[in-house]
Amino acid sequence: MNDKAHLILVVDDYQDAREMYAEYLQFSGFRVAEAKNGNEAVEQAFALKPDLILMDLSLPGMDGWEATRRLKADDSTKHIPIVALTGHALAGASEGAKRAGCDSFVTKPCLPDDLVVEVRRMLNTVKQG
Amino acid sequence: MSSLHMRTASRAAAPLVSHAARLELLEYYLAHHEDLVRCAQASVDWLARHTGVRRALCLAVDSEASQLVGLAGAGITIDDVELFSLSLSETQDPLVRALFSAEPTVVRPPRVNGHTTRVNVFGASPFTAVPLRGARGTDDEAVGLLLVRPGTSVGSDLTWLATVLGQKIDQIRGRGSLAEEVRKLRRERALFFTIINAVTDPIMLTDTEGRLIVANARAEKLFAATEEESEGRRRAVELNNMLFSAALSRTVVEAPSEARELLLVDPSDGSDLLFEVLSTTVEDPREGTGIVSVLRNITDLRRATEQIEENYQKLRIAEVAVRAERDRLNLIIDSVADPIIVTDQAGATVLMNAPAEELFTVAPDAEDLAQRTVQSNDAHFSSFISGLLLGETGPGEIRRGEIGLMNPSTSEQIPVEAIAGKVLTETGELTAVVTILHDRREALERTRLYEQLRVASDELQMRVQSATAELATQNELLRRQAIELEQASRLKSQFLANMSHEFRTPLNAILGYTHMLLQGVAGDLAANVKRQLTRIDSNGRHLLTIINEILDITRIEAGKMPMQVSEFNLNELVSEVMTELDPVIARSRLAVSARLSADAPIMSTDRQKVKQIVVNLLTNALKFTHQGGVEIGVNFEPGKHMAAVAVRDSGIGIAPENHEKIFEDFRQVDDSPSRQYGGTGLGLAICRRLANALGGRITLQSNIGQGSTFTLSIPAEAPQ
Repeated sequence: MNDKAHLILVVDDYQDAREMYAEYLQFSGFRVAEAKNGNEAVEQAFALKPDLILMDLSLPGMDGWEATRRLKADDSTKHIPIVALTGHALAGASEGAKRAGCDSFVTKPCLPDDLVVEVRRMLNTVKQG
Repeated sequence: MSSLHMRTASRAAAPLVSHAARLELLEYYLAHHEDLVRCAQASVDWLARHTGVRRALCLAVDSEASQLVGLAGAGITIDDVELFSLSLSETQDPLVRALFSAEPTVVRPPRVNGHTTRVNVFGASPFTAVPLRGARGTDDEAVGLLLVRPGTSVGSDLTWLATVLGQKIDQIRGRGSLAEEVRKLRRERALFFTIINAVTDPIMLTDTEGRLIVANARAEKLFAATEEESEGRRRAVELNNMLFSAALSRTVVEAPSEARELLLVDPSDGSDLLFEVLSTTVEDPREGTGIVSVLRNITDLRRATEQIEENYQKLRIAEVAVRAERDRLNLIIDSVADPIIVTDQAGATVLMNAPAEELFTVAPDAEDLAQRTVQSNDAHFSSFISGLLLGETGPGEIRRGEIGLMNPSTSEQIPVEAIAGKVLTETGELTAVVTILHDRREALERTRLYEQLRVASDELQMRVQSATAELATQNELLRRQAIELEQASRLKSQFLANMSHEFRTPLNAILGYTHMLLQGVAGDLAANVKRQLTRIDSNGRHLLTIINEILDITRIEAGKMPMQVSEFNLNELVSEVMTELDPVIARSRLAVSARLSADAPIMSTDRQKVKQIVVNLLTNALKFTHQGGVEIGVNFEPGKHMAAVAVRDSGIGIAPENHEKIFEDFRQVDDSPSRQYGGTGLGLAICRRLANALGGRITLQSNIGQGSTFTLSIPAEAPQ
């Protein structure tokens, strides 16, 4: 663990899933912050300016789509890649996520390992961009 | 034309002229003392009969006309007699000269002493001209001439005759003019012929052998023809003569006085003429036995008779026909079950058929009730018919009415409908009224039955209506049930979709933590713990697959998997699938190859769905094949706009009876709980649904132990 490690904001209302991803990301060498709803996600994002946000879309209160829209609407946060996490495999979910401004889309269930692969891919993309 | 021909029958000359014969002639003179011609005729006839003279002509001097005229002839024609005329001024004529001769002169025509007489009655033969002298003796001029032939000798009989005839002529002439006598006679003769010619029937005098002596004009047309007339006419005349002769001989022999029929030929047109011949034998002192025949033309009569006969036959036939017609009419009338009554203009019954008789006649010895019933029926009928007879109904109109009658034998009430029509003559006079009585009981019964039928029908209709209404209610219920079912189905799908989502959240954690443990997040693990975690992991993954597939099916059924059409290359898609499944292929240790299409298979359809199918088919092939290989072939037919992906394996194969079964939900060939191969059994069911959604299908060629070929065939462009 070091300060240079990327900071990932994991947003999920389901504690087990949130902590599991957080734990595995930390195990994989990332710094992790957590938020359990849309408001917290926006507050944390503004406060911490994470390198990447894992955003569950179905959230109580402000949902993932709304939080994404707000973050992408703000100059201070719009550069942060947001990977959408959703259990809704129904058609249109990914489209909605992209319209809201998500940069990537991962369907749950998603193994921690696969998630880490996607996170690294997105961080590389930002780096190259 | 002359109306008269006369000739004498040939006779043998009498050998000796007795005193009795001379006396007979003198008696004739006395009896006909004023008739010069008759006396002359009797004289020449006597000469012919009693002497050897065959031909004779008696001439007398007409002092007033100063000429010689013919009085009578024998053996020559009457014309030769009547037309004879010689002027006394012809002094050189041998006959005129003979008048002044004392002795008989022999004349030899044509030339006598250089002079020729005009007289040629004897032809070229010589004849003797005997002068007839009056009572004053030989000095005077003769009163006439008797020309005889042959003129060989002038016997005493001739001399005697010349003497008595001369004196007779002189005697008669002394009382009157000779010319007047002759003229009177000729008038009589002419009258006679006028009379017989006026008779339209042929009249003839013939000898007993049928030779013609005298005939009237009508007879001549049938029996006489001159040389100038046509061949046909002459032949007809000849035939008629033969027929007549034959008929005459039969008449004479068989039945002299009976009329008999004779068929002759009309010489003018050859048609048959039927005559009735009536022949009478006449005795003439001069001519001997002759036969007078009167022929009556009965051709027309016969024709008329035949016509009458024919007409009679026709009448008979017509009568038979009429009778047959009447019989037939009677049969028809009698065969009509309804009573028919024909009445005359006065209302009296003319004719009725058997059914009518049952109502309107009764035996005289029947009981009183029947008698009264018939009277009552009669009164009802008369009252009905009187309206028609009184002219209340126009011509050609039919009068209808209802009459209450009663059967006399059973006293049964019979309501009848009476239908009456007038029968008019050509002039419009009423001759009869025909009435038909129609028993209405049947009609009433029919009406009643019809009413029952109508009630039944109405009832049936009501039942049908209520049944229909019930059916409509049922239909409505069914419709609502269908809607409810649909809603339920949709709810079910929604429920399953929600369920699988809810399943996934905990499953995500289970799989995630298991994975983390196996990744060594909690430090190194003992081998048995690692094996146990691996079991959790594989079962969790299986559960996830099941949940995903159930989710797919419910999405498809709920119509929540819309087409996402994009353009892509099918070769590239297959390569991509093979790359993604590379770890699985490597594990299978099978030879897996791809045979891509030579043409660029550019598709315009839902790429995700096609990919899902190909992945599924390839995964299945790898799962059910233990040795050998798997080949994916891409076929593209641009002309047909069809593309196919065939996945061929050398696996266990599928029996034909199971080819359909494996496409059903949750099915594998082996359904037992302890089945060898994993999987939900939903894969092919999903593939089939997806292929259908793409407008294509999945086909299978396989058999046990011979491997399987699953082929996805889809249109290059997705259906709209």
